[in-house]
Amino acid sequence: MNKGWTGFNIASVVIGFAFLYLPIVILVIYSFNASQLVTVWGGFSTRWYGQLFSNRGLLDAAWVTLRVGLLSATVATILGTLAAVALTRYTRFRGRVLFTGMVYAPLVMPEVITGLSLLLLFVAIDFDRGFWTVTLAHVTFSMCFVAVVVQSRLLSFDRSLEEAAMDLGATPARTFLFVTLPVVWPAVIAGWMLAFTLSLDDLVIASFTSGPGATTLPMKIYSQVRLGVTPEINAVCTILVGLVTLGVITATLVNKRREVKKSREGELAMA
Amino acid sequence: MAASGMGKGVFRRVAIGLPYLWLLALFLIPFLIVLKISVSTIATAIPPYTPTFGDISTWLDGIRQFTFENYLWIASDSLYITSYLESLKIAAISTVLTLAIGYPLAYGMARAPQRMKPLLLMLVILPFWTSFLIRVYAWIGILKPEGLLNQFLFFLGVIDAPLIITNTPVAIYIGIVYSYLPFMVLPIFANLDKMDGRLLEAAADLGSTPLRAFWTITFPLSLRGVLAGAFLVFIPAVGEFVIPDLLGGSRTLMIGKTLWMEFFNNRDWPVSSAVAIILLLILVVPIVIFQRIQDRQEASR
Repeated sequence: MNKGWTGFNIASVVIGFAFLYLPIVILVIYSFNASQLVTVWGGFSTRWYGQLFSNRGLLDAAWVTLRVGLLSATVATILGTLAAVALTRYTRFRGRVLFTGMVYAPLVMPEVITGLSLLLLFVAIDFDRGFWTVTLAHVTFSMCFVAVVVQSRLLSFDRSLEEAAMDLGATPARTFLFVTLPVVWPAVIAGWMLAFTLSLDDLVIASFTSGPGATTLPMKIYSQVRLGVTPEINAVCTILVGLVTLGVITATLVNKRREVKKSREGELAMA
Repeated sequence: MAASGMGKGVFRRVAIGLPYLWLLALFLIPFLIVLKISVSTIATAIPPYTPTFGDISTWLDGIRQFTFENYLWIASDSLYITSYLESLKIAAISTVLTLAIGYPLAYGMARAPQRMKPLLLMLVILPFWTSFLIRVYAWIGILKPEGLLNQFLFFLGVIDAPLIITNTPVAIYIGIVYSYLPFMVLPIFANLDKMDGRLLEAAADLGSTPLRAFWTITFPLSLRGVLAGAFLVFIPAVGEFVIPDLLGGSRTLMIGKTLWMEFFNNRDWPVSSAVAIILLLILVVPIVIFQRIQDRQEASR
């Protein structure tokens, strides 16, 4: 459906993207503002970035967030991938309906409810709140996102490859590791990245499940934002936006190269 | 198939068992605890509810203390009812606004030259990866009375007194539309992109005006995407906390925020649990409809 890209079409795309990107661009520009007043331009400066690196609380929070993110994304990827296998390869087992429900429900569950329920669990079993409780909470909701991403890849997977491997005597575990996993690997990586960003981004669930000494970066940003807009926060946000943009662009390029390489290999095989 | 012979293998047990147990322990059981506490009485001790866990005797105590007090309390206090209704209203209006901005964008993207589509698609997805909190925060500096929007409008001479947007529902609409726009655009684009352009040519050949062709052909064919997008915006918007808290100020009530305050400020755990249960019951209907739409989409593939 690309019959004529009219002026109206171009205008709606341009306006749509301006709306999506302008606020972020403004935020980035004002992070280089020399003035303490956030909305008055006082010349170019990187002083707020310099100040960040002497802000102990902020650095600690960033470190907590990074650790929670790396650990929870990795565990969530393993559990989510297994869940995706269970959903696509084992169509009959006891409690499958409940299992499917539990995988999909967290995707649409309001964060306040997920946060509240996990906190009540940790209190009920008298589990000290802090780094570990936030990590457990993040694994729980992000594994479901991983499961959905990997599942859609597994559904389009040519099962005759797996059947061939098993006919040749490979165990299900070997088949999964050496046949299935290499093919669905891009989806597993995408799932990990999604889980990692979800963890980096989460404010609500972390606020419920965290305890003293485990303040995450979003919690820190939130508590400062409530007091008002500051150039320092603009600087933190700019760094985060920059890192994410870099990550997404790299991932896209790597994927593209893989595809190009694959199609070349295909051509060679045909020749 | 070979798998049936090894169906009871270790791998199968691990693949099903591990995620199953994890979700039982950290999703289902916590949810049952919320349900339980929502029918418990408040106690002054910490944790602020009469604990009814541990051994069998306390469980029995819990059943004896079973009460609908918290639900009655919510029903009798206009704060909660207003919050629920406001949340539904704000979510519904925001969904319509998101559609109004998202549809032309998706339509324009679907009509773009083929080689530009991957780039446009990436540009829609990219904001989704950047922090939600940051994207909401970015609007505070723009919308506040001495913010950039008012400065700009002053400069143009459009206004002579600053527009008050922050701490009003308008700011919440802007925040929700902005944050959830990709969720609306992606399913609509997916539907429009695979539409057969020849249908429109045929309509034009038969003398239909472009506008008529749009309403009789394009829009009905994209309806599935529109519905999916609408639910993807509406469902999370109802329980939204960050946007009403940062942009809506203290006067706008939304249930996510009310729950948060009930929990963190009033420390009334039983009532906040009951608030959560009711919120979930309200959301069950749209969630089920959404699942139906998704299932049909899967089936038609």
